[in-house]
Amino acid sequence: MKKSINILISAIMVAGLVSCNDGGTKKSKSGSQGGLATNAAERVYVAPGEHDEFYGFMSGGFSGQLGVYGLPSGRLLKVLPVFSQNPENGWGYTEETKPMLNTSFGFVPWDDSHHPDISQTEGVLDGRWIFINGNNTPRIARIGLESFKTEEIIEIPNSAGNHSSSFITENTEYVVAGTRFSVPVPQKDMSINEYKGNFKGALTFIKVDQESGRMNIKFQLMMPGFNYDLSHPGRDKSHGWFFFTTYNTEEAHSLLEVNASQNDKDFIAAVNWKKIEEYVNNGGGKKVPAKYAHNVLDEHTHTATSTMIDEVLTVDPLEVPGAVYFLPTPKSPHGCDVDPTGEYIIGNGKLSADLTVHSFTKMLDAIENKKFDGEAYGIPILNFEDILAGVVKQPGLGPLHTEFDGKGNAYTTFFISSEVVKWKVGTWEVLDRQPVFYSVGHGMIPGGNSRKPFGKYFVALNKITKDRYLPTGPELTQSAQLFDITGDKMELLLDFPTIGEPHYAAAIPAEMVAPKSRKIFKLAENKHKYAVLDNSDVRVERDGKEVHIYMNMIRSHFNPDNIEGVKVGDKVYFHITNHEQDFDVPHGFAVIGANNAEMLIMPGATETLVWEPKQVGVWPFYCTDFCSALHQEMQGYVRVSPADSDIELSWTLGED
Amino acid sequence: MIIGSLLLLGLFKFPLWNIMLGAPQYPQPLGMDIYIQGIQGVEEFDIQNIDGINHYIGMKPIPKVEEMWEFDVFPKVIGLMVALGVIIGILGFLGKVSYKWFLGWFIVMSILGLLGMYDFNLWLIEYGTDLDPKAIMKLENPDGTPMTYKPPLIGYQKMLNFDVDSWPGAGAYMILTGMLLTVVAFFVGKKEYKKEYN
Repeated sequence: MKKSINILISAIMVAGLVSCNDGGTKKSKSGSQGGLATNAAERVYVAPGEHDEFYGFMSGGFSGQLGVYGLPSGRLLKVLPVFSQNPENGWGYTEETKPMLNTSFGFVPWDDSHHPDISQTEGVLDGRWIFINGNNTPRIARIGLESFKTEEIIEIPNSAGNHSSSFITENTEYVVAGTRFSVPVPQKDMSINEYKGNFKGALTFIKVDQESGRMNIKFQLMMPGFNYDLSHPGRDKSHGWFFFTTYNTEEAHSLLEVNASQNDKDFIAAVNWKKIEEYVNNGGGKKVPAKYAHNVLDEHTHTATSTMIDEVLTVDPLEVPGAVYFLPTPKSPHGCDVDPTGEYIIGNGKLSADLTVHSFTKMLDAIENKKFDGEAYGIPILNFEDILAGVVKQPGLGPLHTEFDGKGNAYTTFFISSEVVKWKVGTWEVLDRQPVFYSVGHGMIPGGNSRKPFGKYFVALNKITKDRYLPTGPELTQSAQLFDITGDKMELLLDFPTIGEPHYAAAIPAEMVAPKSRKIFKLAENKHKYAVLDNSDVRVERDGKEVHIYMNMIRSHFNPDNIEGVKVGDKVYFHITNHEQDFDVPHGFAVIGANNAEMLIMPGATETLVWEPKQVGVWPFYCTDFCSALHQEMQGYVRVSPADSDIELSWTLGED
Repeated sequence: MIIGSLLLLGLFKFPLWNIMLGAPQYPQPLGMDIYIQGIQGVEEFDIQNIDGINHYIGMKPIPKVEEMWEFDVFPKVIGLMVALGVIIGILGFLGKVSYKWFLGWFIVMSILGLLGMYDFNLWLIEYGTDLDPKAIMKLENPDGTPMTYKPPLIGYQKMLNFDVDSWPGAGAYMILTGMLLTVVAFFVGKKEYKKEYN
């Protein structure tokens, strides 16, 4: 009925009977089309019980997490904890997950997550994993797309401001992490004004095991001390190369907004990683001392381990002739994007009015025929005119990022002029422009940085929100906007708020991920050291001041639920196993006065929360996740006696 | 006749009966497949989850293989009937026994089948009515009598928040087909007999 009404309404509109929708009372803010004048509402409407067409993964920015959204509805499906503690489910608070946030700086409970990238096979999204970088304390995380859980985090040594990350090569051979801030390598006490010529920029190539997804640093390319801003791999014909934009080739160390904006051109660094890989496989490179953490969450023990690694293999680009070249690119390029054919490398010169496109074929020719225009720190600079494929003339102000639709079109975001511009790859002709609200950063088309984009939607990830939603005081959420890009002109369909500040995003057709999404963890496969699989193993043990409670839970009780013999000053470990084997029946656990958080325990998993009781008394704990009709009954008590008490440990369930 | 009785072997592989339990919280219904050798979940953890729900209203856990004599005896009876059917079939084919034996086998099998259904229904009654006096939820019918939870022997019934569907499984259809074939064999035999002796 509803649908037929909608169809009727759209039919009337098509007939032109409804021509004006704002009634003249309010200026339309959605560009040339008001939402009602089109059937936009219908195109983003996902009826109750229906599913979205795409999973959209939007970086959580300064929340440190990853937002999972449905597209086209823009509905938030999950906040997936990655680099920041999450009291909502205990991530980074439980004993099992604390090691995931370990670094060479100790426990770091927060980061700034930027650029998610989905694993690929032959340049096509495959939905195995999604990678994302922590920018502040350089790290790369790998998230498994069966459990939607962060399974691994590796720290990047010799790096600072891990920004030209985490982009993957087209068979997920490598995930690449480049440093935005160059630093002394190794770190040492030196004067900041000795930056020039002394600081280094590390570009890190992390090998990914194709079976387990496990990451390890294969090599670090130690580049001149520029700022390596963004990167993308070559694909198809340019597979084997990696491209990094640079700014601050001036090597300024203060007032960069002026001092790093002086050179007419900065560079895109083109790195032939296959050549360097071969050099390294033949024993090339130099192992240097380093200190970085490698954290892995085991899905059977439900427990993370953190290993500190003490050396890393570095490569001096001058030692591998023919591996690195600089492509001059106007005005502090930001995004570095490669089209689906691998031929065109787009430098989004953020202070330029034009968009510069380099040709991969011309680049190879220039290399072969030594069409150089000098060198920087021994690295050849290719002649700008000889590698230029074309220029998109005056498309807008402040180009940042470009995505592709797989039909020969490119979509570039413009921060300053606050718009998205569609242009034709090859003719460089501007086809369409649409305003965005306001000041877009990254844009995203599902698969839009791969060989096979799913060019149905474009999502603008805006930096400024202002008046788009009901005001919520000075601090606002960020805003995303969804465009339909199937027609000649882009059509704005939807605004939706996003968590943190999304930078890049990635999306994938739902059918590539949803069918393998995990429902439960099998209890029989639980290898947690403190798991209680059988009720006869329920117990409480004392080890000096430590008390270990081996507990389990099922609708609607804890076993045990009465515990005595705990004393003030004890460190109490609640090791709790969820015995449910039913989809969507997690149980929560919270205990009064806990100085950490609650924990949510998935069916079949074991988690541990530490509680340090400071006061004598009888203290309750309870299930926080409304699990059943008897959820309110799912509770228990711990008796805490004075430190010098001689009450023995005892534990019961259901006894009078 | 031989094929007919051999179809009974399907019971060792396919469920005799199937009961599905759907509810608002279970858009994908929980289900149990009843085999002659025991009861299994349709999905791996369905039995555990049905038991988890049933404990609220005081129902006993779904019986394990060793808890019901039926799961020991039924396979033996079926095995015996298959063997008898095959022997009768072969002997009938060779003309050593009369076609009337085919009907005899069918009648015995029908009686056994009815007894089986009767026994199954008895178990459903016990399972649905013999409730734990300490049950968490003790519900009453509108007339004040304690509510019981016997699933339907066959068909659909709404029970509290659950939609219960109880229908024969593939195994039951195989028995039925097999038994019909033996009846066909009987009439074919009868016709041949008449042809021979008239």
